[in-house]
Amino acid sequence: MLPERAAQLALAVLLVPAVLVLYLAAVEGAVRVLPSRRQGQVRPWLWIGPAIVLVAVFLVIPAINTAYLSLLNSDSTAFVGADNYRYAASDPGLLSAIQNSLVWLISLPLLAVTAGLAMAVLTDRVPYGRAARSILFLPIAISAVAAGVIWRFMYDYRPPGAAQTGTLNGLLTGLIPGAEPQTWLINSLTNNGALIVATVWMQAGFCMIVLAAGLKGIPDELLEAARVDGANEWQLFRRITLPLLMPTVTVVATTMAIIALKAFDIVYVMTNGNFDTDVIATRMFKELFSARHYGRASAIAVILMAAVVPIMIWNLRSFRQQQAGGR
Amino acid sequence: MTARAETGSGAVAPVPSAVAAPSRAAVGLRRIPLHLAVLLLCAAWLVPSLGLLISSVRPGHEVATTGWWTAIVPPLSFTIENYVQVLTRRDLGLSFMNSLLITVPATMLTVGVAAYAAYALAWMRSRYRDWVFLLLVAMLVVPIQITLVPVLRLFNAVGLTGTFVGIWLVHLGFGLPFAIYLLRNFFAQLPSEMLEAAAIDGASPFATFFRIVLPTSVPALASLAILELVWNWNDLLAALIFLGGRKDVAPLTVAVSNLVASHGEGWQLLTAAAFVSMTLPLVVFLTMQRYFVQGILGGSVKE
Repeated sequence: MLPERAAQLALAVLLVPAVLVLYLAAVEGAVRVLPSRRQGQVRPWLWIGPAIVLVAVFLVIPAINTAYLSLLNSDSTAFVGADNYRYAASDPGLLSAIQNSLVWLISLPLLAVTAGLAMAVLTDRVPYGRAARSILFLPIAISAVAAGVIWRFMYDYRPPGAAQTGTLNGLLTGLIPGAEPQTWLINSLTNNGALIVATVWMQAGFCMIVLAAGLKGIPDELLEAARVDGANEWQLFRRITLPLLMPTVTVVATTMAIIALKAFDIVYVMTNGNFDTDVIATRMFKELFSARHYGRASAIAVILMAAVVPIMIWNLRSFRQQQAGGR
Repeated sequence: MTARAETGSGAVAPVPSAVAAPSRAAVGLRRIPLHLAVLLLCAAWLVPSLGLLISSVRPGHEVATTGWWTAIVPPLSFTIENYVQVLTRRDLGLSFMNSLLITVPATMLTVGVAAYAAYALAWMRSRYRDWVFLLLVAMLVVPIQITLVPVLRLFNAVGLTGTFVGIWLVHLGFGLPFAIYLLRNFFAQLPSEMLEAAAIDGASPFATFFRIVLPTSVPALASLAILELVWNWNDLLAALIFLGGRKDVAPLTVAVSNLVASHGEGWQLLTAAAFVSMTLPLVVFLTMQRYFVQGILGGSVKE
């Protein structure tokens, strides 16, 4: 099997670029046949064409189709009206998943942005800031699956008295005499928080990088002038840096909000939604593959989409303002 | 210029002489909490990965009975047995190839198709151009979940479920809005004199694109390629759904999550498997961090 895969990979690496270049060559050949007046009208559409077709087939049409499928039954053969949504509003498992997603939606942006802001501001003030940032940023390259393994190991539990293998319980029992090891991923008081902390570990570096770039945009003269006037570092941060950084904070926080709403991998790997840790995306996966109910899975997807729409509109508005301001 | 720019990256500006300057030692002492905070943050962020790495080279019976932190004091007993096991007997070698076979062509396709579209959107006049771009910006935040059921039904109908071509198309279709967004913003900033001069010299858009636009945009193309490579490599959800649970085509993310789910595996194997799955993104990250950061800053509308 391995040599076969290697051959397939070699073939794909040669053929894919060839196809990409040939497409453009064919487009140019076809356009040249047209009268020169029409060339300028047709060419852009042939260059954008593949992207438009792909985005239509894989995003726009499926999104509309999902809204329709959410009104049909489990195998999409009969119209059931709002039944799937009624199910969504009454099923305790799904309601608990929505509730958990709300907890994610509030705490992930709050924690990741706070951590990212602290990282950006603190590393900006030490000579080894660049090296420190590389370390803090590193988890962004790690998959949620690998991060799931890493953090399952962090939260690992052994009964009291046995040697702890999980880092957190090792610290807890080692530092505080008489402390009991905790079942972080099973106890419903801690497990959702434990999953969110793992995600903060993955995402804070992203927040830090974007916020650090925003920090660079704040004129030093401003801070210098305030220092001369006798403001201390905390006042500088609170009165000057933070207000000027607010637009960047908003961008980062909305990105985290979307990540919180879409969260799937880390929950799937670490708890698979057990012990009341299901979120919207894991619940949808279960409806799709365990229950094989296309209607309900689609309804859950529509609920998720509805939560994202406000962010999308806000995004579009700020994009248009940018465009208007730029010209 | 400000004092900060002169003292180099990140150093705090010296206290202006107008204010009574505290002695050097006093300033140094006051900065101790700052250093402590930075070092603590770094330690907290490094420890989870360190625990994984150390456990992956410890013998299984030791991983099960003692904490990984006990392994860093002598007597040292490290082994590569866990890696040998996961790569050969657990078929992670095949999954590694599958991951490559999913990721590399999908990334090439995304960068290529996005580059055509971005160039046309930035430099070709057309009536509905702005509307097309606006639609793409709207698509930036659409969660992939909203497309799963219809695309899965389509794939089942045409026999693309469980094929590499199918998953390339999913990554391509879903990656395009961000890819076009990133590249268009970069292409639009190319100097118009350069492109107009080429057109006056009689260069076709085809020639301009390959001889001028692509070579001058290497940093942007590299940033995009690196981000797509890492995102596609790290994807779990699309692989779970569109590869239909087949072991022979499963990428590393699916294989590792199966190992986690099957419980019987010891930590020493899980940690080794997770580390194998992290190798490519880590190498890319460590060697090309600059492009990585540029890509994230250039497209920070999306994750």
